[in-house]
Amino acid sequence: MSTTKAKVAEQEPLFGKKEKALLRDPLLDNNPITVQVLGVCSALAVTSLVYPSLVMAVAVVFVTAASNLVTSLLRNTIPKAVRLIVQLVIIATLVTLVNEALKAVNFPIYKQLSVYIGLIITNCIVMGRLEAFAMANKPWRSFLDGIGNGLGYGLILVAVGFVRELFGKGSLFAGSPIAIQIIGPGENYLIDTATTGQWGNTFFGWYANNNLMVMSVAAMFVIAVMIWWQRARNPKLVDIS
Amino acid sequence: MNTRYIYTFGLIMTILVALALAGSTVLLGPIAKKNEDIFNKRQILEAIAKPLEQAGKSVASLSDQEVLDIFDKQVEQAVVTATGEKVEGMKAIEVDMAKERKKPEAERVYPVYEVSLDGKAFYIFSVRGSGLWDAIWGNIALEEDLNTVAGVSFDHAGETPGLGAEIKDNASWKAQFVGKKIYDGDKYVSVNVRKGGAIDKEHEVDGLSGATVTADGVSKMLYEGLQAYQPYMEEADGASKK
Repeated sequence: MSTTKAKVAEQEPLFGKKEKALLRDPLLDNNPITVQVLGVCSALAVTSLVYPSLVMAVAVVFVTAASNLVTSLLRNTIPKAVRLIVQLVIIATLVTLVNEALKAVNFPIYKQLSVYIGLIITNCIVMGRLEAFAMANKPWRSFLDGIGNGLGYGLILVAVGFVRELFGKGSLFAGSPIAIQIIGPGENYLIDTATTGQWGNTFFGWYANNNLMVMSVAAMFVIAVMIWWQRARNPKLVDIS
Repeated sequence: MNTRYIYTFGLIMTILVALALAGSTVLLGPIAKKNEDIFNKRQILEAIAKPLEQAGKSVASLSDQEVLDIFDKQVEQAVVTATGEKVEGMKAIEVDMAKERKKPEAERVYPVYEVSLDGKAFYIFSVRGSGLWDAIWGNIALEEDLNTVAGVSFDHAGETPGLGAEIKDNASWKAQFVGKKIYDGDKYVSVNVRKGGAIDKEHEVDGLSGATVTADGVSKMLYEGLQAYQPYMEEADGASKK
Protein backbone atom coordinates (compact mmCIF):
# COMPACT_ATOMS: atom_id res chain seq x y z
CA MET A 1 0.00 0.00 0.00
CA SER A 2 1.58 3.23 -1.06
CA THR A 3 1.25 5.99 1.43
CA THR A 4 3.42 8.39 -0.53
CA LYS A 5 2.21 11.94 -0.23
CA ALA A 6 1.10 13.53 -3.44
CA LYS A 7 4.12 14.71 -5.32
CA VAL A 8 4.32 18.25 -6.55
CA ALA A 9 0.80 18.81 -7.77
CA GLU A 10 0.67 18.34 -11.50
CA GLN A 11 -1.40 20.81 -13.38
CA GLU A 12 -4.60 18.94 -14.09
CA PRO A 13 -7.18 20.95 -16.00
CA LEU A 14 -10.83 20.40 -15.11
CA PHE A 15 -11.71 19.40 -18.64
CA GLY A 16 -8.51 18.54 -20.44
CA LYS A 17 -8.07 15.99 -23.17
CA LYS A 18 -7.82 13.14 -20.67
CA GLU A 19 -10.96 14.21 -18.81
CA LYS A 20 -12.98 14.44 -21.99
CA ALA A 21 -11.80 11.00 -23.03
CA LEU A 22 -12.87 9.63 -19.65
CA LEU A 23 -16.40 10.81 -20.33
CA ARG A 24 -16.52 9.96 -24.03
CA ASP A 25 -14.81 6.61 -24.37
CA PRO A 26 -17.27 4.56 -22.30
CA LEU A 27 -20.11 5.88 -24.46
CA LEU A 28 -18.87 4.18 -27.60
CA ASP A 29 -15.48 2.58 -28.09
CA ASN A 30 -15.15 1.36 -24.53
CA ASN A 31 -18.80 0.85 -23.74
CA PRO A 32 -19.34 -1.26 -20.61
CA ILE A 33 -22.14 -3.29 -22.19
CA THR A 34 -21.31 -3.64 -25.87
CA VAL A 35 -17.50 -3.68 -25.69
CA GLN A 36 -16.64 -4.91 -22.19
CA VAL A 37 -19.86 -6.97 -22.05
CA LEU A 38 -20.48 -6.19 -18.37
CA GLY A 39 -23.79 -5.58 -16.66
CA VAL A 40 -25.76 -7.49 -19.28
CA CYS A 41 -28.07 -9.15 -16.76
CA SER A 42 -29.87 -5.98 -15.76
CA ALA A 43 -29.78 -4.76 -19.36
CA LEU A 44 -31.90 -7.77 -20.28
CA ALA A 45 -34.23 -7.49 -17.35
CA VAL A 46 -35.31 -3.85 -17.09
CA THR A 47 -35.38 -2.73 -20.71
CA SER A 48 -38.86 -3.75 -21.79
CA LEU A 49 -39.97 -0.11 -21.37
CA VAL A 50 -38.05 3.13 -21.87
CA TYR A 51 -39.05 4.86 -18.65
CA PRO A 52 -37.84 2.20 -16.18
CA SER A 53 -34.65 1.91 -18.28
CA LEU A 54 -34.14 5.63 -17.87
CA VAL A 55 -34.67 5.50 -14.11
CA MET A 56 -32.31 2.53 -13.88
CA ALA A 57 -29.72 4.44 -15.94
CA VAL A 58 -29.92 7.45 -13.62
CA ALA A 59 -29.54 5.19 -10.59
CA VAL A 60 -26.48 3.48 -12.06
CA VAL A 61 -24.88 6.80 -13.07
CA PHE A 62 -25.31 7.99 -9.51
CA VAL A 63 -23.88 4.82 -8.01
CA THR A 64 -20.87 4.58 -10.34
CA ALA A 65 -20.02 8.26 -9.97
CA ALA A 66 -20.48 8.46 -6.21
CA SER A 67 -18.76 5.16 -5.44
CA ASN A 68 -15.84 6.07 -7.68
CA LEU A 69 -15.55 9.43 -5.94
CA VAL A 70 -15.73 8.02 -2.40
CA THR A 71 -13.32 5.19 -3.16
CA SER A 72 -10.86 7.54 -4.80
CA LEU A 73 -10.97 9.88 -1.80
CA LEU A 74 -10.27 6.96 0.51
CA ARG A 75 -7.85 5.15 -1.78
CA ASN A 76 -4.76 5.87 0.30
CA THR A 77 -6.38 4.86 3.58
CA ILE A 78 -8.17 1.68 2.53
CA PRO A 79 -6.24 -1.33 3.89
CA LYS A 80 -5.22 -3.47 0.91
CA ALA A 81 -6.12 -6.71 2.65
CA VAL A 82 -9.80 -5.76 2.91
CA ARG A 83 -10.18 -3.40 -0.05
CA LEU A 84 -12.78 -5.50 -1.87
CA ILE A 85 -14.93 -5.61 1.25
CA VAL A 86 -14.62 -1.87 1.68
CA GLN A 87 -15.57 -1.29 -1.96
CA LEU A 88 -18.55 -3.56 -1.58
CA VAL A 89 -19.70 -1.73 1.54
CA ILE A 90 -19.47 1.60 -0.28
CA ILE A 91 -21.48 0.30 -3.23
CA ALA A 92 -24.05 -1.42 -1.05
CA THR A 93 -24.58 1.72 1.01
CA LEU A 94 -25.08 3.90 -2.05
CA VAL A 95 -27.44 1.40 -3.68
CA THR A 96 -29.50 1.15 -0.51
CA LEU A 97 -29.74 4.93 -0.41
CA VAL A 98 -30.91 4.98 -4.05
CA ASN A 99 -33.46 2.29 -3.24
CA GLU A 100 -34.85 4.22 -0.29
CA ALA A 101 -34.94 7.45 -2.27
CA LEU A 102 -36.77 5.83 -5.17
CA LYS A 103 -39.36 4.39 -2.79
CA ALA A 104 -40.04 7.88 -1.50
CA VAL A 105 -39.96 9.66 -4.87
CA ASN A 106 -41.68 7.30 -7.29
CA PHE A 107 -43.20 4.20 -5.77
CA PRO A 108 -44.77 2.67 -8.93
CA ILE A 109 -41.39 2.71 -10.69
CA TYR A 110 -39.78 1.22 -7.60
CA LYS A 111 -42.31 -1.61 -7.82
CA GLN A 112 -41.62 -2.05 -11.52
CA LEU A 113 -37.84 -2.23 -11.16
CA SER A 114 -38.32 -4.48 -8.13
CA VAL A 115 -35.10 -6.29 -7.30
CA TYR A 116 -33.02 -4.77 -10.06
CA ILE A 117 -32.21 -1.57 -8.19
CA GLY A 118 -30.87 -3.67 -5.33
CA LEU A 119 -28.94 -5.77 -7.82
CA ILE A 120 -26.90 -2.76 -8.93
CA ILE A 121 -24.68 -3.91 -6.07
CA THR A 122 -23.71 -6.92 -8.12
CA ASN A 123 -23.36 -5.00 -11.37
CA CYS A 124 -19.84 -5.76 -12.55
CA ILE A 125 -19.44 -2.29 -14.03
CA VAL A 126 -19.51 -0.60 -10.62
CA MET A 127 -16.98 -2.73 -8.82
CA GLY A 128 -14.92 -3.08 -11.99
CA ARG A 129 -14.45 0.68 -12.16
CA LEU A 130 -13.52 0.89 -8.48
CA GLU A 131 -10.83 -1.78 -8.83
CA ALA A 132 -9.55 -0.68 -12.20
CA PHE A 133 -9.73 3.08 -11.90
CA ALA A 134 -10.77 4.70 -8.63
CA MET A 135 -8.18 2.85 -6.53
CA ALA A 136 -5.41 4.38 -8.63
CA ASN A 137 -6.69 7.80 -9.69
CA LYS A 138 -7.53 11.14 -8.19
CA PRO A 139 -11.10 11.98 -7.13
CA TRP A 140 -12.09 14.31 -9.99
CA ARG A 141 -10.96 11.94 -12.71
CA SER A 142 -12.53 9.00 -10.90
CA PHE A 143 -15.77 10.89 -10.66
CA LEU A 144 -15.74 11.59 -14.40
CA ASP A 145 -14.88 7.99 -15.12
CA GLY A 146 -17.89 6.93 -13.03
CA ILE A 147 -20.19 9.34 -14.86
CA GLY A 148 -18.85 8.17 -18.22
CA ASN A 149 -19.30 4.48 -17.50
CA GLY A 150 -22.72 5.01 -15.97
CA LEU A 151 -23.79 6.97 -19.03
CA GLY A 152 -22.35 4.35 -21.37
CA TYR A 153 -24.43 1.74 -19.60
CA GLY A 154 -27.50 3.98 -19.54
CA LEU A 155 -27.19 4.83 -23.22
CA ILE A 156 -27.44 1.17 -24.21
CA LEU A 157 -30.24 0.59 -21.71
CA VAL A 158 -32.38 3.40 -23.07
CA ALA A 159 -31.61 2.47 -26.69
CA VAL A 160 -32.65 -1.14 -26.07
CA GLY A 161 -35.72 0.02 -24.15
CA PHE A 162 -36.66 2.29 -27.05
CA VAL A 163 -36.58 -0.54 -29.59
CA ARG A 164 -38.32 -3.01 -27.30
CA GLU A 165 -41.12 -0.71 -26.20
CA LEU A 166 -41.79 0.67 -29.68
CA PHE A 167 -42.04 -2.72 -31.36
CA GLY A 168 -43.32 -4.64 -28.36
CA LYS A 169 -45.99 -2.30 -27.05
CA GLY A 170 -46.33 0.37 -29.72
CA SER A 171 -45.76 3.09 -27.14
CA LEU A 172 -42.88 5.16 -25.77
CA PHE A 173 -42.19 6.37 -22.23
CA ALA A 174 -45.23 4.46 -20.94
CA GLY A 175 -45.78 5.09 -17.25
CA SER A 176 -44.14 8.51 -17.33
CA PRO A 177 -45.82 11.92 -17.63
CA ILE A 178 -44.81 12.15 -21.30
CA ALA A 179 -46.15 8.76 -22.42
CA ILE A 180 -46.92 8.52 -26.14
CA GLN A 181 -48.96 5.81 -27.81
CA ILE A 182 -47.44 5.36 -31.27
CA ILE A 183 -49.00 2.42 -33.07
CA GLY A 184 -51.66 -0.08 -32.14
CA PRO A 185 -55.37 -0.78 -32.20
CA GLY A 186 -57.38 1.95 -30.51
CA GLU A 187 -58.14 5.63 -30.73
CA ASN A 188 -55.40 6.57 -28.27
CA TYR A 189 -52.66 5.63 -30.70
CA LEU A 190 -51.13 8.06 -33.20
CA ILE A 191 -51.38 5.36 -35.84
CA ASP A 192 -54.62 3.54 -35.24
CA THR A 193 -54.42 0.12 -36.84
CA ALA A 194 -57.99 -0.85 -36.07
CA THR A 195 -60.30 1.91 -37.27
CA THR A 196 -61.30 1.76 -40.90
CA GLY A 197 -60.95 4.82 -43.09
CA GLN A 198 -57.82 6.15 -41.47
CA TRP A 199 -54.50 6.08 -43.21
CA GLY A 200 -53.19 4.00 -40.34
CA ASN A 201 -55.63 1.31 -41.27
CA THR A 202 -54.86 1.58 -44.97
CA PHE A 203 -51.14 1.10 -44.51
CA PHE A 204 -50.81 -0.62 -41.16
CA GLY A 205 -53.94 -2.75 -40.95
CA TRP A 206 -51.67 -5.81 -40.92
CA TYR A 207 -49.58 -4.49 -38.03
CA ALA A 208 -49.47 -6.25 -34.68
CA ASN A 209 -47.14 -5.66 -31.75
CA ASN A 210 -44.29 -8.11 -31.57
CA ASN A 211 -44.69 -10.02 -28.33
CA LEU A 212 -41.15 -11.34 -28.51
CA MET A 213 -39.90 -7.80 -27.88
CA VAL A 214 -41.61 -7.76 -24.48
CA MET A 215 -39.58 -10.73 -23.29
CA SER A 216 -36.00 -10.61 -22.04
CA VAL A 217 -34.62 -12.60 -24.97
CA ALA A 218 -35.40 -9.67 -27.25
CA ALA A 219 -32.83 -7.58 -25.38
CA MET A 220 -30.28 -10.26 -26.18
CA PHE A 221 -30.98 -9.83 -29.90
CA VAL A 222 -31.02 -6.04 -29.76
CA ILE A 223 -27.76 -5.87 -27.82
CA ALA A 224 -26.19 -8.42 -30.17
CA VAL A 225 -27.14 -6.30 -33.17
CA MET A 226 -25.61 -3.26 -31.46
CA ILE A 227 -22.39 -5.15 -30.78
CA TRP A 228 -22.30 -6.32 -34.39
CA TRP A 229 -22.96 -2.85 -35.75
CA GLN A 230 -20.33 -1.30 -33.50
CA ARG A 231 -17.65 -3.78 -34.48
CA ALA A 232 -18.50 -3.55 -38.16
CA ARG A 233 -18.05 0.18 -37.89
CA ASN A 234 -14.80 -0.02 -35.92
CA PRO A 235 -12.82 -3.21 -36.72
CA LYS A 236 -10.26 -2.34 -34.04
CA LEU A 237 -12.77 -3.54 -31.44
CA VAL A 238 -13.17 -6.98 -32.92
CA ASP A 239 -10.59 -8.83 -30.88
CA ILE A 240 -10.79 -6.81 -27.71
CA SER A 241 -13.28 -8.79 -25.70
CA MET B 1 -0.41 -2.13 7.65
CA ASN B 2 -1.14 -3.74 11.00
CA THR B 3 -4.25 -5.51 12.11
CA ARG B 4 -5.29 -2.77 14.49
CA TYR B 5 -5.48 -0.29 11.63
CA ILE B 6 -7.77 -2.63 9.69
CA TYR B 7 -10.06 -3.08 12.69
CA THR B 8 -10.20 0.64 13.36
CA PHE B 9 -10.91 1.35 9.71
CA GLY B 10 -13.65 -1.27 9.68
CA LEU B 11 -15.21 0.06 12.86
CA ILE B 12 -15.31 3.68 11.69
CA MET B 13 -16.63 2.66 8.30
CA THR B 14 -19.36 0.53 9.83
CA ILE B 15 -20.46 3.33 12.14
CA LEU B 16 -20.58 5.88 9.32
CA VAL B 17 -22.51 3.54 7.03
CA ALA B 18 -24.93 2.63 9.79
CA LEU B 19 -25.56 6.31 10.49
CA ALA B 20 -26.14 7.08 6.82
CA LEU B 21 -28.56 4.21 6.34
CA ALA B 22 -30.42 4.82 9.59
CA GLY B 23 -30.70 8.50 8.68
CA SER B 24 -32.13 7.74 5.26
CA THR B 25 -34.68 5.33 6.71
CA VAL B 26 -35.80 7.81 9.33
CA LEU B 27 -36.05 10.61 6.77
CA LEU B 28 -37.52 8.75 3.82
CA GLY B 29 -39.29 5.85 5.53
CA PRO B 30 -42.53 7.68 6.32
CA ILE B 31 -42.78 9.07 2.77
CA ALA B 32 -42.19 5.61 1.32
CA LYS B 33 -44.85 4.18 3.60
CA LYS B 34 -47.36 6.77 2.49
CA ASN B 35 -46.52 6.05 -1.17
CA GLU B 36 -47.02 2.35 -0.62
CA ASP B 37 -50.37 2.99 0.99
CA ILE B 38 -51.49 5.05 -2.01
CA PHE B 39 -50.13 2.41 -4.40
CA ASN B 40 -52.15 -0.31 -2.68
CA LYS B 41 -55.30 1.79 -2.54
CA ARG B 42 -54.99 2.63 -6.22
CA GLN B 43 -54.72 -1.06 -7.03
CA ILE B 44 -57.90 -1.70 -5.08
CA LEU B 45 -59.71 1.11 -6.90
CA GLU B 46 -58.62 -0.38 -10.22
CA ALA B 47 -61.13 -3.15 -9.58
CA ILE B 48 -63.93 -0.61 -9.92
CA ALA B 49 -62.27 1.25 -12.80
CA LYS B 50 -65.35 0.91 -14.97
CA PRO B 51 -67.93 2.26 -12.51
CA LEU B 52 -65.46 5.02 -11.65
CA GLU B 53 -65.16 5.89 -15.31
CA GLN B 54 -68.93 6.17 -15.55
CA ALA B 55 -68.71 8.56 -12.61
CA GLY B 56 -66.24 10.59 -14.67
CA LYS B 57 -63.01 9.48 -13.02
CA SER B 58 -60.19 7.52 -14.57
CA VAL B 59 -58.14 5.51 -12.09
CA ALA B 60 -54.91 6.04 -13.98
CA SER B 61 -55.20 9.82 -13.86
CA LEU B 62 -56.43 10.15 -10.28
CA SER B 63 -54.00 12.17 -8.23
CA ASP B 64 -52.63 10.69 -5.01
CA GLN B 65 -54.79 13.02 -2.99
CA GLU B 66 -57.92 11.99 -4.90
CA VAL B 67 -57.19 8.34 -4.20
CA LEU B 68 -56.94 9.08 -0.49
CA ASP B 69 -60.08 11.22 -0.62
CA ILE B 70 -62.12 8.47 -2.25
CA PHE B 71 -60.92 6.06 0.40
CA ASP B 72 -61.75 8.49 3.19
CA LYS B 73 -65.18 9.46 2.01
CA GLN B 74 -66.62 6.75 -0.21
CA VAL B 75 -65.07 3.54 1.01
CA GLU B 76 -66.15 1.64 4.07
CA GLN B 77 -63.52 -0.80 5.21
CA ALA B 78 -64.38 -3.95 7.06
CA VAL B 79 -62.48 -7.04 8.06
CA VAL B 80 -64.33 -10.34 8.22
CA THR B 81 -63.42 -13.76 9.57
CA ALA B 82 -63.76 -17.09 7.77
CA THR B 83 -67.18 -17.47 9.37
CA GLY B 84 -68.37 -14.10 8.10
CA GLU B 85 -68.19 -12.15 11.34
CA LYS B 86 -66.86 -8.65 11.35
CA VAL B 87 -63.65 -7.93 13.22
CA GLU B 88 -64.01 -4.73 15.19
CA GLY B 89 -61.34 -2.07 15.30
CA MET B 90 -59.47 -3.14 12.20
CA LYS B 91 -59.29 -1.53 8.77
CA ALA B 92 -59.35 -3.63 5.63
CA ILE B 93 -56.22 -1.99 4.25
CA GLU B 94 -54.27 -3.26 7.26
CA VAL B 95 -54.82 -6.89 6.27
CA ASP B 96 -51.71 -8.45 4.77
CA MET B 97 -53.04 -11.15 2.45
CA ALA B 98 -49.64 -12.82 2.15
CA LYS B 99 -49.47 -13.29 5.91
CA GLU B 100 -53.09 -14.41 6.16
CA ARG B 101 -52.45 -17.12 3.61
CA LYS B 102 -49.84 -18.69 5.86
CA LYS B 103 -52.27 -19.03 8.77
CA PRO B 104 -54.61 -21.98 9.23
CA GLU B 105 -57.83 -21.35 7.33
CA ALA B 106 -60.03 -20.92 10.37
CA GLU B 107 -57.88 -18.10 11.75
CA ARG B 108 -57.64 -16.04 8.57
CA VAL B 109 -59.30 -12.67 8.22
CA TYR B 110 -60.31 -11.07 4.92
CA PRO B 111 -60.67 -7.44 3.85
CA VAL B 112 -63.92 -6.06 2.42
CA TYR B 113 -64.17 -2.64 0.82
CA GLU B 114 -67.65 -1.28 0.39
CA VAL B 115 -67.66 1.60 -2.07
CA SER B 116 -70.62 3.86 -2.72
CA LEU B 117 -70.55 5.51 -6.12
CA ASP B 118 -73.44 7.64 -7.34
CA GLY B 119 -75.80 5.86 -4.99
CA LYS B 120 -74.70 2.39 -6.08
CA ALA B 121 -72.75 0.11 -3.78
CA PHE B 122 -69.82 -2.03 -4.83
CA TYR B 123 -68.03 -4.64 -2.77
CA ILE B 124 -64.34 -5.24 -3.37
CA PHE B 125 -62.79 -8.48 -2.18
CA SER B 126 -59.10 -9.34 -2.09
CA VAL B 127 -57.79 -12.71 -3.22
CA ARG B 128 -54.37 -14.27 -3.39
CA GLY B 129 -53.00 -17.38 -5.06
CA SER B 130 -50.12 -18.82 -7.05
CA GLY B 131 -49.19 -18.28 -10.66
CA LEU B 132 -46.49 -20.12 -12.56
CA TRP B 133 -43.44 -18.65 -10.85
CA ASP B 134 -44.61 -16.83 -7.79
CA ALA B 135 -47.55 -15.34 -5.97
CA ILE B 136 -50.42 -13.63 -7.78
CA TRP B 137 -53.09 -11.53 -6.14
CA GLY B 138 -56.01 -9.38 -7.05
CA ASN B 139 -59.14 -7.50 -6.13
CA ILE B 140 -62.60 -8.39 -7.40
CA ALA B 141 -65.40 -5.89 -7.32
CA LEU B 142 -68.97 -7.18 -7.16
CA GLU B 143 -72.11 -5.18 -7.68
CA GLU B 144 -74.75 -4.68 -5.03
CA ASP B 145 -76.31 -8.07 -5.75
CA LEU B 146 -73.02 -9.72 -4.68
CA ASN B 147 -73.21 -11.77 -7.84
CA THR B 148 -72.29 -9.64 -10.85
CA VAL B 149 -68.61 -8.81 -11.33
CA ALA B 150 -68.02 -5.08 -11.72
CA GLY B 151 -64.31 -5.37 -12.42
CA VAL B 152 -61.04 -6.95 -11.44
CA SER B 153 -57.44 -5.94 -10.91
CA PHE B 154 -54.59 -8.40 -10.74
CA ASP B 155 -50.93 -8.20 -9.91
CA HIS B 156 -48.12 -10.70 -9.67
CA ALA B 157 -44.67 -11.08 -8.18
CA GLY B 158 -42.85 -12.59 -11.11
CA GLU B 159 -44.93 -13.86 -14.05
CA THR B 160 -43.36 -13.74 -17.50
CA PRO B 161 -43.85 -10.41 -19.30
CA GLY B 162 -46.04 -10.84 -22.36
CA LEU B 163 -47.36 -14.19 -21.13
CA GLY B 164 -48.41 -14.64 -17.51
CA ALA B 165 -47.93 -10.95 -16.77
CA GLU B 166 -50.83 -10.28 -19.14
CA ILE B 167 -53.16 -10.86 -16.19
CA LYS B 168 -52.01 -7.44 -15.05
CA ASP B 169 -51.12 -5.72 -18.33
CA ASN B 170 -53.86 -6.86 -20.69
CA ALA B 171 -56.74 -4.46 -20.13
CA SER B 172 -59.03 -6.04 -22.70
CA TRP B 173 -58.65 -9.45 -21.07
CA LYS B 174 -59.51 -8.01 -17.67
CA ALA B 175 -62.49 -6.22 -19.20
CA GLN B 176 -64.02 -9.63 -20.00
CA PHE B 177 -64.69 -10.19 -16.31
CA VAL B 178 -67.14 -7.31 -16.17
CA GLY B 179 -70.71 -8.61 -16.06
CA LYS B 180 -69.86 -12.22 -15.26
CA LYS B 181 -71.83 -13.90 -12.47
CA ILE B 182 -70.26 -15.83 -9.63
CA TYR B 183 -73.47 -17.77 -8.90
CA ASP B 184 -75.25 -20.18 -11.18
CA GLY B 185 -78.74 -19.92 -9.78
CA ASP B 186 -78.10 -20.55 -6.11
CA LYS B 187 -74.88 -22.45 -6.62
CA TYR B 188 -71.51 -20.77 -6.14
CA VAL B 189 -69.35 -21.32 -9.25
CA SER B 190 -66.95 -18.34 -9.31
CA VAL B 191 -65.54 -17.12 -12.63
CA ASN B 192 -63.41 -19.55 -14.57
CA VAL B 193 -60.65 -18.82 -17.08
CA ARG B 194 -61.01 -21.37 -19.87
CA LYS B 195 -58.18 -22.31 -22.17
CA GLY B 196 -59.24 -22.05 -25.78
CA GLY B 197 -62.02 -19.57 -25.14
CA ALA B 198 -65.03 -19.19 -22.90
CA ILE B 199 -67.91 -21.58 -23.55
CA ASP B 200 -70.22 -20.63 -20.70
CA LYS B 201 -70.47 -16.89 -21.35
CA GLU B 202 -72.00 -16.24 -17.96
CA HIS B 203 -69.26 -17.70 -15.80
CA GLU B 204 -66.17 -17.97 -17.99
CA VAL B 205 -63.58 -15.76 -19.65
CA ASP B 206 -61.11 -16.62 -22.41
CA GLY B 207 -57.74 -18.09 -21.51
CA LEU B 208 -54.45 -16.37 -22.22
CA SER B 209 -52.39 -18.05 -24.90
CA GLY B 210 -48.99 -19.09 -23.59
CA ALA B 211 -50.06 -18.51 -20.02
CA THR B 212 -52.14 -21.57 -19.17
CA VAL B 213 -50.60 -22.17 -15.76
CA THR B 214 -51.01 -18.54 -14.70
CA ALA B 215 -54.57 -18.48 -16.02
CA ASP B 216 -55.42 -21.67 -14.13
CA GLY B 217 -53.86 -20.02 -11.08
CA VAL B 218 -56.25 -17.11 -11.55
CA SER B 219 -59.24 -19.50 -11.76
CA LYS B 220 -58.16 -21.29 -8.61
CA MET B 221 -57.41 -18.04 -6.81
CA LEU B 222 -60.84 -16.63 -7.67
CA TYR B 223 -62.67 -19.80 -6.73
CA GLU B 224 -60.94 -20.27 -3.39
CA GLY B 225 -60.66 -16.58 -2.65
CA LEU B 226 -64.31 -15.77 -3.17
CA GLN B 227 -65.40 -18.96 -1.47
CA ALA B 228 -63.73 -17.73 1.71
CA TYR B 229 -66.11 -14.77 1.58
CA GLN B 230 -69.22 -16.95 1.20
CA PRO B 231 -70.31 -16.76 4.86
CA TYR B 232 -69.95 -12.99 4.76
CA MET B 233 -71.81 -12.69 1.45
CA GLU B 234 -74.70 -14.86 2.65
CA GLU B 235 -75.05 -12.70 5.68
CA ALA B 236 -74.83 -9.44 3.78
CA ASP B 237 -77.22 -10.73 1.14
CA GLY B 238 -79.65 -11.91 3.79
CA ALA B 239 -79.54 -8.55 5.50
CA SER B 240 -80.27 -6.60 2.33
CA LYS B 241 -82.90 -8.83 0.71
CA LYS B 242 -84.63 -11.15 3.12
